Amino acid sequence: MPTVTEILETMDYGPAPEATDEVRAWLAARGRFGHFINGAFTKPGDTFVTDNPATAETLAEVTQGTAEDISAAVTAARRAQPKWAALPGHARAKWLYAIARHLQKRERFLSVLETLDNGKPIRESRDVDLPLAIRHFYHHAGWAELLADEFPGQAPHGVCGQIIPWNFPLLMLAWKVAPALAAGNTVVLKPAEYTPLTALAFAEICAEVGLPKGVVNIVTGDGATGAALVAAPVDKIAFTGSTEVGRAIRTATAGSGKALTLELGGKSPFIVFADADLDAAVEGVVDAIWFNQGQVCCAGSRLLVAEAVADTFTARLTARLAKLRVGDPLDKCTDMGALVHPVQLARVRELVSRGEAAGARLIQTECQLPAKGSFFAPGILTGAQPANPAMVEEIFGPVATLSTFRTPDEAVELANNTRYGLSASIWSENLTLALDIAAKVKAGVVWVNQTNVFDAAAGFGGMRESGFGREGGREGMAAYLRTPEPKARPEGSTDFTASPRPDTPAEPGIDRTAKLYIGGAQKRPDSGYSYAITHKGTEIGLAPLGSRKDIRNAVEAAHKASGWSKATGHNRAQVLYYIAENLAARAGEFEARLKSTGHDPREVEATIQRAFYYAAWADKFDGAVKSTKTRNVTLAMHEPFGLMGVACPDAAPLLGFASLVLPAIAMGNRVVAIPAPSMPLAVTDLYQVFDTSDLPGGVVNIVTGPRDDLARTLAQHDDVAALWYCGSAQGAAMVEAESAANLKPTWVMENRDWTDAQGRSFLTRATQIKTIWVPYGE
Amino acid sequence: MSFPSTAPRNPGMPLEPAWFAQIAVNTPAAEARAASLTARRSLKKNHQAAWLVNAIRCMDLTTLAGDDTEDRVARLCAKARRPLADHIMAGLGLDHLTTGAICVYPTMVGAAVRALDGSGIPVASVATGFPAGLMPLDLRLAEISYAVDQGADEIDIVITRAHVLQGNWTALYDEIAAMRAACGAAHMKAILATGDLKTLRNVYMASMVAMQAGADFIKTSTGKEGVNATLPVSLTMVRALRDYGARTGVRIGFKPAGGMKTAKDALNWQILMNEEMGRDWLRPDLFRLGASSMLGDIERQLEHHVTGRYASSSRHALA
Repeated sequence: MPTVTEILETMDYGPAPEATDEVRAWLAARGRFGHFINGAFTKPGDTFVTDNPATAETLAEVTQGTAEDISAAVTAARRAQPKWAALPGHARAKWLYAIARHLQKRERFLSVLETLDNGKPIRESRDVDLPLAIRHFYHHAGWAELLADEFPGQAPHGVCGQIIPWNFPLLMLAWKVAPALAAGNTVVLKPAEYTPLTALAFAEICAEVGLPKGVVNIVTGDGATGAALVAAPVDKIAFTGSTEVGRAIRTATAGSGKALTLELGGKSPFIVFADADLDAAVEGVVDAIWFNQGQVCCAGSRLLVAEAVADTFTARLTARLAKLRVGDPLDKCTDMGALVHPVQLARVRELVSRGEAAGARLIQTECQLPAKGSFFAPGILTGAQPANPAMVEEIFGPVATLSTFRTPDEAVELANNTRYGLSASIWSENLTLALDIAAKVKAGVVWVNQTNVFDAAAGFGGMRESGFGREGGREGMAAYLRTPEPKARPEGSTDFTASPRPDTPAEPGIDRTAKLYIGGAQKRPDSGYSYAITHKGTEIGLAPLGSRKDIRNAVEAAHKASGWSKATGHNRAQVLYYIAENLAARAGEFEARLKSTGHDPREVEATIQRAFYYAAWADKFDGAVKSTKTRNVTLAMHEPFGLMGVACPDAAPLLGFASLVLPAIAMGNRVVAIPAPSMPLAVTDLYQVFDTSDLPGGVVNIVTGPRDDLARTLAQHDDVAALWYCGSAQGAAMVEAESAANLKPTWVMENRDWTDAQGRSFLTRATQIKTIWVPYGE
Repeated sequence: MSFPSTAPRNPGMPLEPAWFAQIAVNTPAAEARAASLTARRSLKKNHQAAWLVNAIRCMDLTTLAGDDTEDRVARLCAKARRPLADHIMAGLGLDHLTTGAICVYPTMVGAAVRALDGSGIPVASVATGFPAGLMPLDLRLAEISYAVDQGADEIDIVITRAHVLQGNWTALYDEIAAMRAACGAAHMKAILATGDLKTLRNVYMASMVAMQAGADFIKTSTGKEGVNATLPVSLTMVRALRDYGARTGVRIGFKPAGGMKTAKDALNWQILMNEEMGRDWLRPDLFRLGASSMLGDIERQLEHHVTGRYASSSRHALA
């Protein structure tokens, strides 16, 4: 060690290593791990090693979970679940509280273990991962206590399969396990193969607190183990990880009836306006992309900087970059440790060189990297254009792209020029501007003048291909609860033959023509074909046989009607009331039409009532202000998806349509609807009502025809943000599977009694929550 | 182990409000940075000892009390000459160490100069109606001249806070420029009394005006405001002097003062300087810690480092 006199010359920090003796003794004592199933560790099976990525040393051997292991774990969870769910909320709260307390008492042990297994700096595991994980269990002990009061009529899913990533191993475990347990579910959790150790230590803590056996089960393994868990008879899958795997899980679970939440990748914008505190924004970049080695799904990885300050900002950022200390994760002075695995290192290197090859310039720290271990010098890629792979693909490493914009509009355009929508960070001292941008970016989480701030009370999750579902807060709890499904009713079938039917002559009178309704105008179908709507051998009329191209046109029209999503709730309510008023004026006509096809004429009165109901809701489905950090307004805003597809039930041709379309538009969505195939005329008659009710063109678009074909086109359409489907089990499976391509949230349902099909749950399904963090303080 | 400044002094420049009028300082972000700065760096063993020793050599050991007497000042000066007990010095392998300066009221300068004779330790004097500064300008300037005549090497002036609160930058600039002229060869530290200025934007703007008017150092506090040196305020001032340096090439010193009592504080402020500015700002020509009780805590920590035993202040020479 240098002498004091020598150090007075260099003023070096010197080494400040965290001791690892306790953890190493534990690893040595355990050696090889089995799974934690039904309250006990199994004998190790075929094992693989988990390494310290900073040194490449082997830490332990863990068992590769087989389908049998998963089956045993699910069986144990299944057995434990009824009793666990039947416990009073207070009893579950006590268990969660005990876990939180024990995590706190094992805080340093777990921090050191996490750093050894993951490579992240001890400062981060100590100051970020562990405190947040502990906070999550405390917060959800509270939800367990309040469950009956705050979620009346809701029930747990049952057994939850949970698959977590390697970037925040214990924290992601907490995000998954705490709400599941609070809600009365039991879990089978598979930690990432690179970082299984804190989950195994957590299993020991569950045993230590005496948690009833089978409530928490942990099965280690790789992607095959995860796939086995997805395929297992569980009631819900919760996954955090890559978009690619998320898509595969969506496809695999399609039609299974399993609930699904996905928290996936991102390429989140970090927008710096000219009036920002540039030094604050520079520190923001440190927190955004040089935090956790850039292995953060919500990392601000696309820096968008106003041209007016781009040079100053880049210079300051480059200077700040030079101050980062990269190296031994166990050293308390280390800012950046090792990437999790050599595979990740290779991937980051490859993407960065592709970015350079495509014209971006890499600015990197000139730090001395350790000779061994998966280290990558942090940096930025300047001059990247939107098509540069480094600006499109998630690098998942400590490198962000930096590009410029001219105006706020352009900043939003660039920010949203991505298939992802996880987070955004906005830097400006002008609150008017910052909140305007916050409203316009497509992101589940928006931070103003800060980034990567988390709290158990705030919802976290993405839009677009960043997944669906929220973790944290009330909305996170809701994702682990279900509303009991109404009793299913059988659906009819329809003959879509498009040739003339002389055997079913129409009633005498002036011929009425039903068309498609697209962009506020009646349109002939692109196919030029129609099919007959009949009742008891009588042709009631002909309906257009809509096709792919009609859906395309309808989506385009809906896309253009974006003003509806910005209208006030009051404005939308007025339109809905007006629809009710005009429908009431023509109630007799609609009742006669329904009667003529054997449907219940009372659907008309119910539809009028439903329009009133959602008009009432239009300005009342409030968001929330979350209790998170001091001096921070954390908003949970309900945002419409924008463009939704709705495939309506056959059974109640008017009321079924109204029950699904009205809540969607009340929340500000524009809809492309496929009405009841056997009786679309109940809805095509509505056009005149819509036209006289000031409903802007394009807000509701109607394409009649074969429901499943049209729904498939909607499911496959990348510009459709969400899709509701009522129909057959096959159709439901198809919708879920085809929606995997852009990961649109789907709601598939069976036909039901539509008389009482209304409520908050429809609004929840028609919106997504955007969490906006606004710190304040002078 | 003294560091005579070879860098040219700040010549000042005409008032240029464009350099600060639009400044954005986000307070929560500054607080977050201040909090994370010190959590990101850790000093152990010899390194910690060395950084604590460095704090001593950057320290303006201070007494600014109404009951100061010449004898009390002499005692302070004795401590400045010999800040650590001999056995601690030996344990650290040091043969010479003094504080960076001592800091007293103008009427105590003479006593301090006598007590420090031959030590090479500079004497700093507060002036200009310290601490409130609400005296006629000619009297304030006369006070500077008095202190300089008494032998002060450095003058710690206070600004008129009203000029900042009223946005009267010309008045502030003119006042500080006049004070700088009165200082002559003595280095001038401009005390901004940041606890009175309240907002970090005010702190930044006052810092920039003080530097444009020719301050050699900018200093946070008199020690008499409700809130004295804090890390977020220091961060803001350091960034201002960085920006001034980037535009002019002139290196300005920084002196946090007041409220810093512990060895941990000494480390935290040095980490801030090192991370935001670099090693040059860990030398007494560009960095001073204005403190009176901090030395005692540092001495106890260093004794523990040397002996492995926890120390009692009763066994250390009183400052």
